[in-house]
Amino acid sequence: MTEEIIIAGFGGQGVLSMGKILAYSGVMQNKEVSWMPSYGPEMRGGTANVTVIISDERISSPILHEYDTAIILNQQSLDKFEHSVKTGGLLIYDPNGITRLPERTDINIYSIEAAEMAGKLGLSRVFNMIVLGGFLKLKPIVDMEYIHKGLEKSLPARHHVMIPENEKAIETGKTLITPVLVLS
Amino acid sequence: MAEFKTNPEILQPENLVYKRTNLLTEKALSYCPGCGHGTAHRIIMEVIEEMGIQSETIGVAPVGCSVLAYEFMNIDIQQAAHGRAPAVATAIKRLFPEKFVFTYQGDGDLAAIGTAETIHACNRGENMTIFFINNGIYGMTGGQMAPTTLPGMKSSTSPYGRDIQTMGNPLKMTELVATLPGTIYVTRQAVHTPSAVRKAKRAVRKAFENQKLNKGLSFVEIVSNCNSGWKMNPLQSNEWMVENMFPFYPIGDIKVNEEK
Amino acid sequence: MKELRLMKGNEAFAEAVIRAGADGYFGYPITPQSEVMEYLMAQKTHERTGMVTLQAESEIAAINMVYGGAGCGKRVLTSSSSPGMSLKQEGISYIAGAELPCLLLNVVRGGPGLGTIQPSQSDYFQSTKGGGHGDYRLIVLAPSSVQEMADFAGLGFELAFKYRNPVLVLSDGAIGQMMEKVELDVQQPRFTDEEIRKNTPWATIGKTPDRDHNIITSLDLESIKMEQHNQKLQEKYRLIEENEVRYEKIGCEDAEYAFVAYGTSARICQKAIELARAEGIKVGLMRPITLFPFPKKILNDMTSRVKGILCVEMSAGQMIEDVKLAVEGRIKVEHFGRYGGIVHSPSEIVEALKKQIIGG
Repeated sequence: MTEEIIIAGFGGQGVLSMGKILAYSGVMQNKEVSWMPSYGPEMRGGTANVTVIISDERISSPILHEYDTAIILNQQSLDKFEHSVKTGGLLIYDPNGITRLPERTDINIYSIEAAEMAGKLGLSRVFNMIVLGGFLKLKPIVDMEYIHKGLEKSLPARHHVMIPENEKAIETGKTLITPVLVLS
Repeated sequence: MAEFKTNPEILQPENLVYKRTNLLTEKALSYCPGCGHGTAHRIIMEVIEEMGIQSETIGVAPVGCSVLAYEFMNIDIQQAAHGRAPAVATAIKRLFPEKFVFTYQGDGDLAAIGTAETIHACNRGENMTIFFINNGIYGMTGGQMAPTTLPGMKSSTSPYGRDIQTMGNPLKMTELVATLPGTIYVTRQAVHTPSAVRKAKRAVRKAFENQKLNKGLSFVEIVSNCNSGWKMNPLQSNEWMVENMFPFYPIGDIKVNEEK
Repeated sequence: MKELRLMKGNEAFAEAVIRAGADGYFGYPITPQSEVMEYLMAQKTHERTGMVTLQAESEIAAINMVYGGAGCGKRVLTSSSSPGMSLKQEGISYIAGAELPCLLLNVVRGGPGLGTIQPSQSDYFQSTKGGGHGDYRLIVLAPSSVQEMADFAGLGFELAFKYRNPVLVLSDGAIGQMMEKVELDVQQPRFTDEEIRKNTPWATIGKTPDRDHNIITSLDLESIKMEQHNQKLQEKYRLIEENEVRYEKIGCEDAEYAFVAYGTSARICQKAIELARAEGIKVGLMRPITLFPFPKKILNDMTSRVKGILCVEMSAGQMIEDVKLAVEGRIKVEHFGRYGGIVHSPSEIVEALKKQIIGG
């Protein structure tokens, strides 16, 4: 198994930390992982993206130009990465972040109303965990017990009290993911 | 290192009142006859010997006339790149806080190319000593204008005299570093007369003793002559120094922070 | 007992230098390597092991602090990125001339000038051919993973002290910024003063009555002595070339063609090999791990089996000069570069192989 993922959105949406939690969970499940962020001025309020690879084998390139899955949280990222999804691959987007729908017809497309739900719950900081839940529902590449360990490793000890809240958000995300286009 | 012996045909041991410190090597100094560097070397080495800290002292001498100081000073010593002695010494002192660390820098080194390193070492309050030999000229490279060259003073790159309109003003680094909170003791001395040498040596001693207090950087400027660069004989150069350098670079303590 | 963590390359290097028993780090912030000093400061190295971490006023001051610490027989290091490394070159030349051991890290970004903060490999010439003035060489280690960023900290210090020579870890923005799994070594003790006196008797840590005073210098005004000093340096570099060549071969057993690439490019080439082999093209990778000493003999030996080499670099073509010298014109050698902060895609590497080597 090798899963090559791009997660992209605005800085502040928790793009990099979502990737880090996923990657650390992979480490805890004894998988090979890499986490390659965009870095520099881009990070400061602009777009942010991170390539996460989780694999059972040694990872070759940490930098990719096509992906199995694209998790898209804003319009710039949709414009940039829609065409980087491998044929037959997966694209997940939050409709709140975009102004035009994906156009590809050769990939599986799902939407997730994560921003809306985070707003309803009054927990904007778990927005990224809702999205992660949606992804894990479709591709359970890491078991939930290792997600728990990944959260423990990724979050500083003073934030460990928030782990249950994060796990709940992941579970919520699993129920929110909605098919838009599913290839037969 | 062999002890210096006095020649009994010239001087009977019972008449010996002064002898060269063993912390100067037997190598003949490379400085021009009449230059103040030799005296400055001597008093620093005498103080280290008198304090009994040879085995705990590390010196740093960068580029300039004193680039070969390591041949004359019988202590562990590093030759540094031009201007960088305060950075080199900073690391040595941080890695060996219990040792005595000093730099020995000329005016081109300390006040031009090494301005940043000097100011920042002083500002951090590195617990070490900077000796600053100011003769207002680049001696080693053949008498070019230095940052401390006086207005109107001739050098090979200011052959008609330093024109402050085009060449800028001389830089009083010693007054400048005295304003920084990291310096504990800032003084300006000279070595042109026996009494000046005695006072300078007291300043050197105080600067080293300050290192035991762990309270900041001690900065000792020694205004010196450069008879070769100034194109004078040694006596004339000392007189010229008193008449011209001292009014601009007045001798005496600038900052003595006992209570810090 | 080794410890497993997910870390950025820059952080893994910083953690590894602490564990390697480093005595002092002196640096100046520059993207994309600032995490090194940030990590060391956050770790309170002085409380943890007694290691000094100091933010200097400039890269120039930082490298001269390294000179001072290295002259005292301590394990000291600095890190920077390309423009900062240019500023350090004078100091590195002094360190090489004075034969001092130290560790350097360059997390390379695209140039020339202020360039970009994105990853590049355009400092190969500067790193492997000396960099500053005078005839000298650094030992250059090129990590291609976060694990190697950690491993080369300890190895770097070991080689630096073995040869009394600066060791440069030549990384890039991608490896510095990415996170991977890393296994960390256990904490090594820092040198004691007794060990410094015994193992590095040249170090300036205070003249004792049992020896002459120690002098750290790169100067000799007598040309004949300076020539002898240079000859001694050259003999040392030949010895390093004999003993310290490191490389990795991937998929070369049946290869008809080979990529030669280091660092991030070597990782992307591994993906390109997967793509090419899926199309039936038998291609392998020779990855130099030491860029000086360069694995010349290995490359020369490969010419009897492979038909052509594609040199893949994030530069306009620098390592290819060493590859061509090693290959001695026996087989075709071509360069495929992306630069200015752009990283190759695996598929364009395969296309370049087909066009420049197989079809060319």
